[in-house]
Amino acid sequence: MEAFFNIGLNHFLILSAILFGLGLLTVATRRNAVAVLMGVELILNAAALNFVALSHYVEGGIGGQVVAVFIIVLAAAEAAIALAIVLAIFRHFRTIDSADTSTLQG
Amino acid sequence: MEPTAVLQQTTPYHLLFLIPLLPLIGATINGLLGKRLQDKIGKAAVHTIAIGVMAGAALVALVSFFKMIGMPAEERYLLDQVFPMITIGHFRVEMAFAMDPLSGMMALIITLIGTGIHVYSTGYMADEPAYWRFFCYLNLFVFSMLLLVLGDSFVIMFFGWEGVGLCSYLLIGFWYKERKNASAGMKAFVVNRVGDWGFVTGLFLLFWGLGGVWSPLTNQYAPDLEIQHQAQGLGGDRQIQETAVPGVKPLAEVVAPEGEHGEAGEHAAAGEHAAAGEHGGGGEHAGTGEHGGGSRSVPIGPTVIFRELRDQLAITVEGKRPLVEGGELPVSIEGRPAASVRFSGLLQKEVWGIPLVFLICLCFFIGATGKSAQIPLYVWLPDAMAGPTPVSALIHAATMVTAGVYMIARLNFLFVLSPGAMTVVATIGALTALMAATIGLFQYDIKKVLAYSTVSQLGFMFIGVGVGSYWAGVFHLLTHACFKACLFLGSGSVIHGMHALTHAREHAHGHGGHDGDQQHSVLGHDEHKPHDHAPRDPRLVADPVDPQDMRNMGGLARLMPITRWTYLAACWAIAGFPFASGFYSKDEILWQAFANHSTLIPGWFIWAIGVVAATCTSFYMFRSYYMTFHYRAPSEEHEQHVHESPLNITAVLGVLAVASVLIGPILGLPKLWTGKAPLLEHYLEPVTQFSSLSLSGVRAPLEAHGLEWGLAGLSVLVATIGWFAARSLYLDGAKAEARLNAWKAQFAGLHALIFEKYRVDELYQATVIRGFQVSARAMAWFDAKVVDGLVNLFGTITRGIAWVDGAIDQYIVDGAVNLVASGVIAGGREVRKVQTGRINHYLLAVTAGVVVIVLVAYLG
Repeated sequence: MEAFFNIGLNHFLILSAILFGLGLLTVATRRNAVAVLMGVELILNAAALNFVALSHYVEGGIGGQVVAVFIIVLAAAEAAIALAIVLAIFRHFRTIDSADTSTLQG
Repeated sequence: MEPTAVLQQTTPYHLLFLIPLLPLIGATINGLLGKRLQDKIGKAAVHTIAIGVMAGAALVALVSFFKMIGMPAEERYLLDQVFPMITIGHFRVEMAFAMDPLSGMMALIITLIGTGIHVYSTGYMADEPAYWRFFCYLNLFVFSMLLLVLGDSFVIMFFGWEGVGLCSYLLIGFWYKERKNASAGMKAFVVNRVGDWGFVTGLFLLFWGLGGVWSPLTNQYAPDLEIQHQAQGLGGDRQIQETAVPGVKPLAEVVAPEGEHGEAGEHAAAGEHAAAGEHGGGGEHAGTGEHGGGSRSVPIGPTVIFRELRDQLAITVEGKRPLVEGGELPVSIEGRPAASVRFSGLLQKEVWGIPLVFLICLCFFIGATGKSAQIPLYVWLPDAMAGPTPVSALIHAATMVTAGVYMIARLNFLFVLSPGAMTVVATIGALTALMAATIGLFQYDIKKVLAYSTVSQLGFMFIGVGVGSYWAGVFHLLTHACFKACLFLGSGSVIHGMHALTHAREHAHGHGGHDGDQQHSVLGHDEHKPHDHAPRDPRLVADPVDPQDMRNMGGLARLMPITRWTYLAACWAIAGFPFASGFYSKDEILWQAFANHSTLIPGWFIWAIGVVAATCTSFYMFRSYYMTFHYRAPSEEHEQHVHESPLNITAVLGVLAVASVLIGPILGLPKLWTGKAPLLEHYLEPVTQFSSLSLSGVRAPLEAHGLEWGLAGLSVLVATIGWFAARSLYLDGAKAEARLNAWKAQFAGLHALIFEKYRVDELYQATVIRGFQVSARAMAWFDAKVVDGLVNLFGTITRGIAWVDGAIDQYIVDGAVNLVASGVIAGGREVRKVQTGRINHYLLAVTAGVVVIVLVAYLG
């Protein structure tokens, strides 16, 4: 029981895995493009959490935390661009359902 | 005197080609434009061109002839090389014309008598619609004959040979709308083809025999010629063996000594230098000048040029002729004496145990029998009477039939090598002379009489050339050309006159009002033969509408005086009465036949046959004369319709009559009378010299003057007997008719046999033609049953195989291909479902892939 409550690396990794799984599930199942983006955010955060945790427990130093900050910036940039694309898709198709935008014809 | 080589000197003379070319031009113009000329301008335009070119050719021939006569005897050989036709290695054929005494004489006969016949034709053919076609053919005929005569090689001669055959076909079948005429033309052509086969075969054998070396050890043709070079200088006996293929064997230069003729040799040398100087070396044929020692280069090996052949046979080394008898011969390469070659001579060669020379001569003689109508190929000539009469005259006098005699005279140097062949020539000639003369005795068609007379006279010519007396044969050719042209044109004149009569008879019948006898006979005419009338027997009753049947004539002497006198003069000449030309030529032939020792059968035998034939000749010629011009007084019908022919016909007749009387005494007064050799013999000496030298060994000079006088007297006697018999039987028809009919009845079988020409045509029909027909039918059966059957069998088999093959292709090969294709289609249909187009699915697939990789990485 003690191991369970004594917070260590495994807890972070498991949380991160759960986050990743949820994100993946979201990306795989949702057809709404915005929801997919949200799933991608979850996956990125799961990765960032992994970096921070492993940096803290295993390596020491601040390399992992720097990468986590990069990931956050990257996620923000990605969200901005992706939402812009989603807006453009919406304008064109009048929907953002990925099943209905499977055509490549312009 | 042993044979001495006298090599042929030649002189370039670039006018000769005009002689054959002019008639060709005339034929071309009339052939292409003649119809238009005739329609637009008239017939005069057509015959002006035709006669113009003939006169031009005659003029050139005369000029060339006098040029030749003006030269020393050894050099009388004008040569005109127009262009090379074939050059293969050392073998060459040139379009070259030559005029030596023989061909010069022939060219004069052809052009002069030919011109006369052209003039005559303007009268005879005046009513012919296809006038232009006739003159085109006539010119072409003369062109071919001139090509034959003037050609410098066998090849040119053969062109003329074939051209003459073609033209005879065209002219004999000139009135081709009647089936009889067309088939007569065809018969002449086909029979001549048999002779042509002989000519070509002879040429091939000769060409073959001259090449390479005949090995006497194996009696076979050795494929290689071995030349042993004796290397000069370099102080060694180095021997080089060289081989050459016989066909293209180097025409090695043989240095042959000239004949030692003293003065003549000097002449030759001088002339040669002159020739060489004139023409810058004169090419390789003209004399190349003497390099000292009187020797000259002679090409040896296979050749088709008469000169070269003659020179090869004339080469003498130490009294022997190595190319004829076999022996050593020095050969020079590139002008230097380099080798001594051993030749096996032409005489030593054999094919299947028969001497090659004999075979060659025999083949050439077969060619001659075709053209010159000798046994067994004479059958075309009487049928050739189907052509217009001027054509008959042209064929019989100036062209065609003289070709065979001319060829043998031209090849005299070859024929003297084979006594066997000479015997064959003389014997066939004698038999033909007799046989044709006996057929001529009973013919009623005036042209048929003359046709058989020609065959018979040709037989005499062949006796002449056969016994080695070439000049006598050629002499008879010349005199015969004159009197036979006169006779034919005279008969043409008669037919021309009779035609008015028979035409009137036909016309009268056409309007339906005439007596029963007339009607019967007209209806008896071939095409409209009614079945209720008995067919007319040509042996007994004349066809009253036949203008050529002598029984329809009679008493024309007063109506056609010029024709009558010219005909009589020609009869006089042909029958052999003294002081007319036939006497000199025929008597010379008979005397030479009697005196000869070169044939294998005794000379008196040939002579005896000839004398019998001469008797018959005299009889049938005077018979034809009396039947035509006397026999009975002319009927009213005759008086009314028959008239003398126009001037263009009678003028030619007059000229020819004079020529046929005078030409003999001028050219051929026998040695017996004058003590000198006859003019023509002397003139032809350069041509026949070689053969006379060869024959001098076997021919003893027969100096029996008494005998010769006696035989000449006998000739005159038999001619007189023939004339007297004809006169007593046919001068007055009323008296003789009963007697003749009694004799005919008595010897009906024999008379019928001879009248029907010994039924030789029937014999040929039953054997050769039937044979061909039967074999053709057998071939057709074989073709239809066996060949076609085999073809069809293989067709069926192939179809079966194809069916199986098709099935395999369709079901197995195509099945496999289709199976693969449908498999791919089915697989694709299934795999296509994976690609949904949903991004989620792809992502899942990527994730699944990552998981798999991770699992593999960790677990593997």
